[in-house]
Amino acid sequence: MNQWLNFTKGFIRENPVFTLLLGLCPALAVTSSAFNGLGMGIATTFVLMSSNMVVSVIKNYIPDKVRIPSFIVIIASFVTIVELVMQAYAPSLFKALGIFIPLIVVNCLVLGRAEGFASKNSFVSALIDGLGMGLGFTFALTLLGAIREMLGSGSLFGYTLVSGDMILVFILQPGAFIVLGYLVAMFNKIKKSA
Amino acid sequence: MAKVESSFKNMVLTLFIITLVASMALGGIYTLTKEPIETAKKAAQEEAIRQVIPEFDALKESVVDPVDGSEPLVFNVGYKDGEKIGTAVLSYSNQGYDPTTIKVMVGFRPDGSIYNTAVVQQKETPGLGTKMELPSFRDQFKGKDPGKFDLRVANDGGDVDAITAATISSRAFCAAVRRAYQTYKNEWEDEK
Repeated sequence: MNQWLNFTKGFIRENPVFTLLLGLCPALAVTSSAFNGLGMGIATTFVLMSSNMVVSVIKNYIPDKVRIPSFIVIIASFVTIVELVMQAYAPSLFKALGIFIPLIVVNCLVLGRAEGFASKNSFVSALIDGLGMGLGFTFALTLLGAIREMLGSGSLFGYTLVSGDMILVFILQPGAFIVLGYLVAMFNKIKKSA
Repeated sequence: MAKVESSFKNMVLTLFIITLVASMALGGIYTLTKEPIETAKKAAQEEAIRQVIPEFDALKESVVDPVDGSEPLVFNVGYKDGEKIGTAVLSYSNQGYDPTTIKVMVGFRPDGSIYNTAVVQQKETPGLGTKMELPSFRDQFKGKDPGKFDLRVANDGGDVDAITAATISSRAFCAAVRRAYQTYKNEWEDEK
């Protein structure tokens, strides 16, 4: 498989959020600002790459019937390691992102890539798939967060663009669904014309 | 290499090995990071104390039981040139949104007014309740004397402007500040 295509597929063609509609729980829950989306995306990318690598290496030693529990143990371990290491050596980053880290375990995107890609492909392909999908997820969350932050708080990455009260509903949960719906429609359009 | 067969023995063995390796890795990382995490937490606490009372050159820590018999609070009295210049009280409220615990450091001047506040721990909704950390919310407590300033949100008849769409979080913050003040006041009157 062409590795460049493998890497870029996560951005539009197989974007986890806008096309595969995977990992919607964190995508809707944490994207109240662009920074939150970016942070969640980066933490997920790290876990996705690590779990993809490990799964692709040990895929032949895992009997089919216990592959899901095995993958979940591997993913949960990486998430906990990320949480502990971040808490110890990057406390300010942990303060900003700490609440999102445990949410990665329940992100079906990570399990989906382990099951659907890493368990059938080579180490290098799985690593690139993890990186591409992770960055695609980061891109989607940042875009979603940026739009919601601009409409709801009148700022971007914390910098005020418009002062005063904005359309509060975009920061709240209904706004997440509305923005996501329009973005999914837009990405469908882009894919069809491409 | 051929895939391992899904026999009972293989399944048990695989799961055992995976969980064993995972638990050893986690145990190792936990031991390695335990001390740095403690240090980081302590540094964050000291940073919070520095924010809520005027510049000090010595600190004295004590544990004070609140009037209502709930969990004790930690007091840090700051001294400069031997004179008491402020008291940082680490207070909490269990009425955060969800409900979670929020921890707030409240600094009092010797005259009983609030010098400043700092959020030490919170798990509020990102983008809403988390705004309690911003000066735009916390600044309204600066310099206020809780004897005259009603430490409740406006909805409940108090003087505090709640964060838009995060009344519960604002209420929890106020509850923590009230708890700090009541405990502090009690101690302070004992001293006089």
